[in-house]
Amino acid sequence: MADDIQKTVKEYILKEFLPGEDPEELTETTPLITGGILDSIATLKLVAFIEERYALTLAAHEADVEYLDTIADITHLILSKKP
Amino acid sequence: MMTSHALHQLLTHAAQLYPEHTAVEEPEQGAITYRTLAVLSDHLRDRLCALGVQAGDRVGIYMRKSIDTIAAIFGILKTGAAYVPVDPGAPAARNAYIMNDCAVKVVVIEERFASKFCEELAQLGTQPQFLRLVGTGGGEPLRQALEQEQARHPAPVVATALLAPTDLAYILYTSGSTGRPKGVMLSHDNAVSYVDWCSEMFQPQAHDRFSSHAPFHFDLSILDIYVPLKHGATLVLIAEDIGKTPQQLAPLIAERRISVWYSAPSILSLLTQYGNLEQHDYSALRLVLFAGEVFPVKHLRALQALWPRPRYFNLYGPTETNVCTFYEIPVHIPEERTAPFPIGTTCSHVQTKVMDEHGNEVSPGDEGELGVSGRGVMQGYWNLPEQNSRAFLVDSAGVQWYKTGDIVVAGNDGNYIFLGRRDRMVKRHGYRVELGEIEAGLYHHATIKEAAVIAVPDEASGVKIKAFLSCRDAKRPSLIELKRFCAEHLPLYMIPDLFSWHEALPKTSTDKIDYQRLKEMA
Repeated sequence: MADDIQKTVKEYILKEFLPGEDPEELTETTPLITGGILDSIATLKLVAFIEERYALTLAAHEADVEYLDTIADITHLILSKKP
Repeated sequence: MMTSHALHQLLTHAAQLYPEHTAVEEPEQGAITYRTLAVLSDHLRDRLCALGVQAGDRVGIYMRKSIDTIAAIFGILKTGAAYVPVDPGAPAARNAYIMNDCAVKVVVIEERFASKFCEELAQLGTQPQFLRLVGTGGGEPLRQALEQEQARHPAPVVATALLAPTDLAYILYTSGSTGRPKGVMLSHDNAVSYVDWCSEMFQPQAHDRFSSHAPFHFDLSILDIYVPLKHGATLVLIAEDIGKTPQQLAPLIAERRISVWYSAPSILSLLTQYGNLEQHDYSALRLVLFAGEVFPVKHLRALQALWPRPRYFNLYGPTETNVCTFYEIPVHIPEERTAPFPIGTTCSHVQTKVMDEHGNEVSPGDEGELGVSGRGVMQGYWNLPEQNSRAFLVDSAGVQWYKTGDIVVAGNDGNYIFLGRRDRMVKRHGYRVELGEIEAGLYHHATIKEAAVIAVPDEASGVKIKAFLSCRDAKRPSLIELKRFCAEHLPLYMIPDLFSWHEALPKTSTDKIDYQRLKEMA
């Protein structure tokens, strides 16, 4: 389950925000927001993608660097929302 | 209403009229009355004077937006010094450059920023005094810091400085094309004349509740701070993280009963798209003001449908003049309209004209550069005589005009229409970005041999920034590494959206980078 989520989120970030990047470079601990990969608009797009793909709703305070800065954080957040 | 010549007198007068009104609210952190804000800023004035600050000095502000910061601003103004606010989220090296450039005497700083900032200052060979706060929130950390200092070294009560209208009130650093930010010097009269125009135009009342969305190092903050505090109204501070998250911002605007909203259009576009605005009650909202960049009509129309009650105004002006023209958006925007709205007509505290390179007014209907003169126009750039001489032009009648760099045309109805820039400055998320500053930042990377940055129009976000690069080594840095490098050397809003690598960048016949060709390639 966790591996599937990681793979899906990674593919989305590569396609949308890092076109042309070597997939090997993006790891589960690469800082996304603090590392300048996701700006505020990109973060909103990512949240919209997660909500739609996993049919869940993120609380307003979760659309934030504390929960979304790495693929590992994002995966953890999604898993915590799943029944 | 009494007339004031200095910005801090606005607070002093309002505190006499409305001592128990709430001056500033900081959601989750607290609120402060006019009386308490006046007293707290008096105490800071006394402490700063004890530290040696005199009229004509500069004092830095390195803090998160908070009631403490508002009190710091007024405390500094009361000493007769100018305040220099920096973005606490920007790289410490950039902030050290700014504080060193204008030779601040004291920096009011949050403890968590101090050590990295000190290291950077040491590299520049400078060390202003610090007034350290354990944090910010509700004004309490500033009060504590002042009490502790007072217990150690009592500061005598001093009089608030008496100033001339042309004395500096603040310096705002904006992106500089050479890679170094440049300081725009603004006087008390520059700001007071603008605040008075806002009073006349928007008729603020003591029961109004103004938003403070823009950061304090951004010129939108001048309306945000001083217009409500002149009239006994309440200023609601919006924290930076909430300010860029529509899902959190949308309910806050409703719950806090904001009546006057002011921001760059980008966050309004995001609120329209992601804020679920139809779920909240915005009946208190009477004015929506926006400035800083073009508002895509598609999003403005959608916003008007969700917020039908308020009046909407497009305010225009560079940091050097603050707002100098305005345009009221019609109540109904036709479905077929896609062209951006005009920047409008001239505010009453300044004069404008469309001019050629010699300062002569162009024929009606011709395009030219917008020039501004009058009380709103800056005193100049800090310590940049060459840029100052380029920024101003004296016409044949002997009037000095600030050259905005914006190419405009006056429409049949007399409203100016913005056509583009004369130079390489673009607006991104409302921030002004000199593409040259991004290039200078990229050149710091050891493997980058050539860097050229252009802005590409983008329907969703206004512009995308694209960097063309060539590399010294066979192995190119990854995109992730480049973005991380940029995040360490540039403010976040300057990080390019797109990067592309080339063996060499295209050149003109004079061996300069061929930007025209790059635009075609993009």
